[in-house]
Amino acid sequence: MLKILRDLLRYNREFAAGVALLSFVVLVAAASFFSPYPAADSFVVPPDLPPSWPHVLGTNSRGQDVFWQLSFAIRNTLLFGFSVAILSRIISLVVGLVAGYAGGMVDRVLMSINDSFIVIPLFPILVLFYFVMRERMSWAWLALAMAALGWAYDARLIRSVALSLRTREFTQTSIFSGMSMRQILVEEHLPYVLPIVFSTTMNNINWSIGLEVTLSVLGFTNVDTPTIGMMIYWANQHTALVAGIWWWIAFPVALVVMTFIGLFLLAVSMNEYIDPRSRLARMGA
Amino acid sequence: MRAYSLYLFRRLVQFVLVVFIGVNIAYVVTHATPIDPVEQTVSAATSFGSTSPEAIAMMRQSLRELYGLEGGPLQQYAAFWKRVAVGDFGPSLSAFPTPVSQLIARAIPWTAGLLTVSTLLTWVIGNLLGGLAGYYRRSALLRFAGILTMGFHPIPYYIVAFVLLIVFGYVWPVLPITGGAEMNLAQAFDTTYAGSVLVHSILPVASLVLVGLGGWFMGMRSLVSNIVSEDYVLYAELAGVDRRRILTSYVMRNALLPQVTGLAMSLGAIFNGAIITEQVFGYPGIGFLLVGAVHAGDYSLVLGVTAVSIVAVSAAVLLIDLLYPLLDPRVKAQ
Repeated sequence: MLKILRDLLRYNREFAAGVALLSFVVLVAAASFFSPYPAADSFVVPPDLPPSWPHVLGTNSRGQDVFWQLSFAIRNTLLFGFSVAILSRIISLVVGLVAGYAGGMVDRVLMSINDSFIVIPLFPILVLFYFVMRERMSWAWLALAMAALGWAYDARLIRSVALSLRTREFTQTSIFSGMSMRQILVEEHLPYVLPIVFSTTMNNINWSIGLEVTLSVLGFTNVDTPTIGMMIYWANQHTALVAGIWWWIAFPVALVVMTFIGLFLLAVSMNEYIDPRSRLARMGA
Repeated sequence: MRAYSLYLFRRLVQFVLVVFIGVNIAYVVTHATPIDPVEQTVSAATSFGSTSPEAIAMMRQSLRELYGLEGGPLQQYAAFWKRVAVGDFGPSLSAFPTPVSQLIARAIPWTAGLLTVSTLLTWVIGNLLGGLAGYYRRSALLRFAGILTMGFHPIPYYIVAFVLLIVFGYVWPVLPITGGAEMNLAQAFDTTYAGSVLVHSILPVASLVLVGLGGWFMGMRSLVSNIVSEDYVLYAELAGVDRRRILTSYVMRNALLPQVTGLAMSLGAIFNGAIITEQVFGYPGIGFLLVGAVHAGDYSLVLGVTAVSIVAVSAAVLLIDLLYPLLDPRVKAQ
């Protein structure tokens, strides 16, 4: 495992760049534990100061230091992305492995449901969800709703791998040695799909963070939890751009774009590493 | 021909299933949450000033009917389906007494136009560039185009739209940043109105195209670079077939098939993007209507937009699926 990481870092520039970007983002998020001000407090520093020492990224119109606010926000945003990704991974693993292994009618029914989930436009449904929940809408509820809606695409991918695993000899051997379906799926097939699961996790985190930012910017989430979307929301509420307080918007946008590109690079380089053909092409070139 | 009708039948069943699941999710979301939407709306409406108890009771009654909370669970479920099937979501609460269906009908042409133009542009440009980049691997220009499109790919619609808005609205104000057409311009089929619609659509379309390009580019490039090493391509090259002809009718045509399926599968996501783009640029389509309805607390309009978008997106997917046999004759011949 460590050796793979070292090789990836040395020979794959995309992977190295992705790791560097994400490490920076995680460092900013970790800084929030040392914040001198509580996240929810406002008017703790003079408002509307441009970036300068000691407020490196300036202060906003709510009297908060943009840097510390940003580090709280990115921490919550990352946590949100991870929770959605982990929850939805569980669903897509179960559906994908079972459909691929069982085949026949089970496969057809599961994949029809799966394809429906891929096609259905999720955004109006999430907005409807917020509309019904209103003040009770919290971070955890949104994560749950998005995990329940966002598993389908990856389940299809996992199924396609599981389909080919089923015809392999070791699956037959395990059946003959009396392993149950659950045992075969968990002990034999799961290790094979884990690399794909890892790369789809990156894409899923990107997807969920993107939706969360969008929903928060429109004001469709709990306005009190600081996330990147919430920062942009408050900046828009105070018409920061018209007032010339660009640092309130520019820094959150820059940091979230770094997160997206970092995760995307990791996913792409992982995909390339998993596919032996492109790995050979890279080594030959 | 039998294979074709079997194909048609399966697509139709899938369409029905998508609508069924989508509407059921909408039903579960509105009915299984721990919050009573009626009491919430009533308390929101009565928090300003005093209202007589009789008026509150009347309001509660009409809201309960509107939300479909009358009768047992089965009756509620049937009533919900009936409203979706007929397309009657009652009067809008925020634009009373205009029916919801009328508001949606007014907004749909804008969204449909925006989506059709931007999706086609994205798909054609992305596949063309990706195909060329996969075939001419050494071209520096195509490689640069690849880096550019892939750089935009992971950034969500909202951020790209927002940055475009800042750049062309504040930093270098050359393009209109809000609305579907010039204000106080009469809606007519003449050149001034059409030109105004065109100019207003540049930024929304640009943001959708920029974000969408990368996905098609990457998909097409890897498909083409796989097909290039197939035996029949090598054979055609050895036989001296014109390179351009190999690219178009040997390589691209085969690579396009999974991309068409991909287009059908990604329509839902593209629709999400369009909703957000409309909100950022104040484009008078479905998305703008939806966000406005949420802020106004207009339940029937939110539900109507959700149901209509589920049906519309799955109908568009069905349309693509029905056109698929034109590209792939194997579906018909089997």
